[in-house]
Amino acid sequence: MAVIELPDWAALAPALILAGTAMALFLVDSISPRSTNRGLLAGTAAVGSLASLGVAAWFLAAGVGSFGLETGGPIELFDGQLVVDQLALYFTIVVAIVTALVAVASYDYLQDHTYQAEYYSLVMLAATGMATMATANSLATIFIALELSSLPSYALVAILKDNRGSVEAGLKYFLIGALSSAIFVYGVSLVYGVTGSLQLDAIAFALGGDVDGFGGLLGLGMLMLIAGFAFKTASVPFHFWAPEAYEGAPAPISAFLSSASKAAGFVITFRVFTTAFPLSETAALIGFDWTWAFIILAIVTMTVGNFAAATQDKVKRMLAYSSIGHAGYVLIGLAGLSVDGGEFVMAAAMMHLLVYGFMNTGAFLFVALAEYWGVGRTFEDYNGLASRAPVACAAMAVFMFSLAGIPPFGGFFSKFFLFFGAIEAASANSAMLVVAVALVVNSALSLYYYSRLVKALWIEEPVVPRDALAQPIGLYAAIVFAAVMTVVILPGFGPIVDAAFDAASAVLA
Amino acid sequence: MMIEALIAVALVGALVTFVAPNRIAGKLAFAISLVPAAIGLWLFAAFDGSGNALLDGDLAFESRFEWIQLGEYTISWFVGLDGISAPLVVLTTILVTLAIVSSWTPIDERESQFYGLLLFIEANLIGVFAALDFFLWFIFWEGVLIPMYLLIGVWGGPRRKYAAIKFFVYTNVASLVMFGAFVALVFGLDVSSFALPEVASAMLDGGPEGFAGVSGATLASIVFVALFAGFAVKVPVVPFHTWLPDAHVEAPTPASVLLAGVLLKMGTYALLRFNFTMFPDQVEAYAVPIAAIAVVSVIYGAMLALAQTDLKRIVAYSSVSSMGYVILGLIAYTHFGVGGATFQMVSHGLISGLMFMAVGVIYNATHTRMVTDMSGLADRMPIAVGVLIAGAFGYMGLPLMSGFAAEFYIFFGAFQSEIHDLMPLFTALAMFGIVIVAGYLLFALQRAVFGPYRLETDYEIGSAPLHDIAPMFVLLALIIALGVAPDLILEMITDAVNPIVERGGDL
Repeated sequence: MAVIELPDWAALAPALILAGTAMALFLVDSISPRSTNRGLLAGTAAVGSLASLGVAAWFLAAGVGSFGLETGGPIELFDGQLVVDQLALYFTIVVAIVTALVAVASYDYLQDHTYQAEYYSLVMLAATGMATMATANSLATIFIALELSSLPSYALVAILKDNRGSVEAGLKYFLIGALSSAIFVYGVSLVYGVTGSLQLDAIAFALGGDVDGFGGLLGLGMLMLIAGFAFKTASVPFHFWAPEAYEGAPAPISAFLSSASKAAGFVITFRVFTTAFPLSETAALIGFDWTWAFIILAIVTMTVGNFAAATQDKVKRMLAYSSIGHAGYVLIGLAGLSVDGGEFVMAAAMMHLLVYGFMNTGAFLFVALAEYWGVGRTFEDYNGLASRAPVACAAMAVFMFSLAGIPPFGGFFSKFFLFFGAIEAASANSAMLVVAVALVVNSALSLYYYSRLVKALWIEEPVVPRDALAQPIGLYAAIVFAAVMTVVILPGFGPIVDAAFDAASAVLA
Repeated sequence: MMIEALIAVALVGALVTFVAPNRIAGKLAFAISLVPAAIGLWLFAAFDGSGNALLDGDLAFESRFEWIQLGEYTISWFVGLDGISAPLVVLTTILVTLAIVSSWTPIDERESQFYGLLLFIEANLIGVFAALDFFLWFIFWEGVLIPMYLLIGVWGGPRRKYAAIKFFVYTNVASLVMFGAFVALVFGLDVSSFALPEVASAMLDGGPEGFAGVSGATLASIVFVALFAGFAVKVPVVPFHTWLPDAHVEAPTPASVLLAGVLLKMGTYALLRFNFTMFPDQVEAYAVPIAAIAVVSVIYGAMLALAQTDLKRIVAYSSVSSMGYVILGLIAYTHFGVGGATFQMVSHGLISGLMFMAVGVIYNATHTRMVTDMSGLADRMPIAVGVLIAGAFGYMGLPLMSGFAAEFYIFFGAFQSEIHDLMPLFTALAMFGIVIVAGYLLFALQRAVFGPYRLETDYEIGSAPLHDIAPMFVLLALIIALGVAPDLILEMITDAVNPIVERGGDL
């Protein structure tokens, strides 16, 4: 038993720590505005996100928010506007891991950069928004959290002020983001119009009551919500911003957006669709099983992402499209839900996001390293790097093979669970067999372009002779750590599976 | 825990070698690889398993821990050896050590990475033969791909990029087919784990119930065919063999040694473990097409070898032929047939390893592999040529060498086979392959080795250094030892193989 009874709001500690770190960075900046003490800034950001990670992991392990006599179930705050449960903690961990990696890697990347403190505090603010997204339990808080993570992201994408690509990408990202926010809010208002509430469990309750005749309106509202989520998770057809934004943004920010922001987008999608729109009631009301929307979305997203990635010449764009493909894989987590369950497939999607947090962040950080070296952007420019920097290239090979889903790396496990879950869900809805096949076919296809990069790094001869390459400490540390985790996650998969299963079954119950 | 130790030494050794300086990497890797080799021999000496691992046999060096609980399914770390896997594990440890020694001469760039990858392959190969949980097994199975891809791609010959990609794509697609089929099978069966013994007993006690609208019998047939297709690429049998000559010819010698010596055995080993152990009814139903594939592989592979002028290519195609014999022995489904097939896996591992090493030594000295360019090498490099001739005799199945024992058992078992009335015909056809094998080997030797010396190169052809020659003599000694006393391993093999044939029904 706990000696000290913590107040309920202490459950928000992971998000509060992130917010506090952002404030501390602002403070540093206002005391000495021209500060370029990279160690202090990156260190503060890294320590803050690691502290948040530690607390979230501790809460998760202690069973905060899980059902049980001692733990007392999900902690509801502010009249249920925010809720801290296993799902929220799990995703806070994913966000915090990525934030820490990005903070460490940015130490070298931001050398000679003007807006250092601003950069780190914007990263921390966005992370706060994402952690809040994980706990948001009402369409209002979801919207606010969404904007809290989006606005700093727009600025971060455009932070390389002198780089035309960066500014253009930021503008594009901002415009599409604003549009999708508008659609999302419209959807929220429609759902509110039908049910009279914004809080997720209240919506579900209202749907069980007397709302006949508003089915069409509700369906339209849900479609608009899906559009909003599709933007945030870079799913087709709202994916157009992603390659541009990732390409133009500083590489650590691409890593941040494609891993953490995507995970945060998925947690709200999971929560909204499992909590607010229970399948049986919703289907009866709108005459439509919403998993079909996700089945189609999943297949289309993974196929479009992979095919587009296969035709890219630039490494960063390839990674950007491949991350769209991975969004498609994760959407299986929603496609496989059925009236009596689906925690398997949803847990698999959550595991994939965790592994993805390491392997995709690592891959983008390697691109950051390549930008730091100034080797260029295309596959040809990466030729023969392995003979100069074998350790970093070995790590990159790990990321690529893991993303492709080749054993013995973490990506194989999470993709395998997705496949397994999709097959299992097929007993309730045989369309899931098609999804499973699409998953396998796309994985096989993805091997082509991932191995192309490995081939460039390891097998091709360099086009121009290269001298020894520098070994920046921060970038190397982050990359090697991510690679080690991509491998070491294997023996430790037991507890991760348990955590993901608990979280998924809790929200589905 | 000895198997874990074996894998761990190889893995840690691979990491250490990978970051070691190039200068010492070769010697370091050799020193490290002696540890698994010694443990392997000790495992072999202390082997106390009996029966078949999948059919209620007693495993040697078994260890099993629950690893991941996935809903109702359990994935475990489950390794152990029976009479089929023990010789293959020992073969792996010995061949890796010899391959490392034989790389000292030809490998002269990025050595630490090269030797690190060799040790990494060793860890995965041992895992493939020792793992008894499908999930674990599949990790090791695929884990072989990446290092082999890099070995071919980085250190290979002129067309190495093409060969590496082709190897990777072919075998990986095959793995996916096989993997999907097996997962579907587990869903159709009433089991709660991926452990192969459990799956096997569930298969033999009634088979799958059906899944997602597919009936049980259909599911079993689909899975059988998909598994067979997946493993057939790895073996490889005609018509899935085209990756093999490319991969072999472009691969550096040590990688060829491992590719022919052990990697091909992964395919036949998996066929034996999965198709021929778990699906006796389907084996009987598909006996004719499988036997036909075996015969075609034997004859066509040998004919292709006959048509080659590249010495390495000849040896590569001859593997297709030899693996055809293995399939023939398996499909015979008799004690002698399946036992002989398993024996042939080990025997071919040794002989093809020897042949590739000999070709490698000759290439190092002459810088050509074209039979048409060579002549009269016997005078200039008598030791390497002697070994090449000895290996060729092993291939042809000269008595007192392991190839003879293996082929004898296979043909004997195949003639006994009652799985289908046509089996004697298939066997007779396959035996014709022996003639072609003798034909192409003697033809190649005649042109390359004998006759007047007329190689026009700037290279001085002297005797090869000791570390090139010594591994070949070790292999030759093993080949003769197994030829003179097949019981060294045959006893444990038959002990593990018999339950398969007996459980297979009233054949």
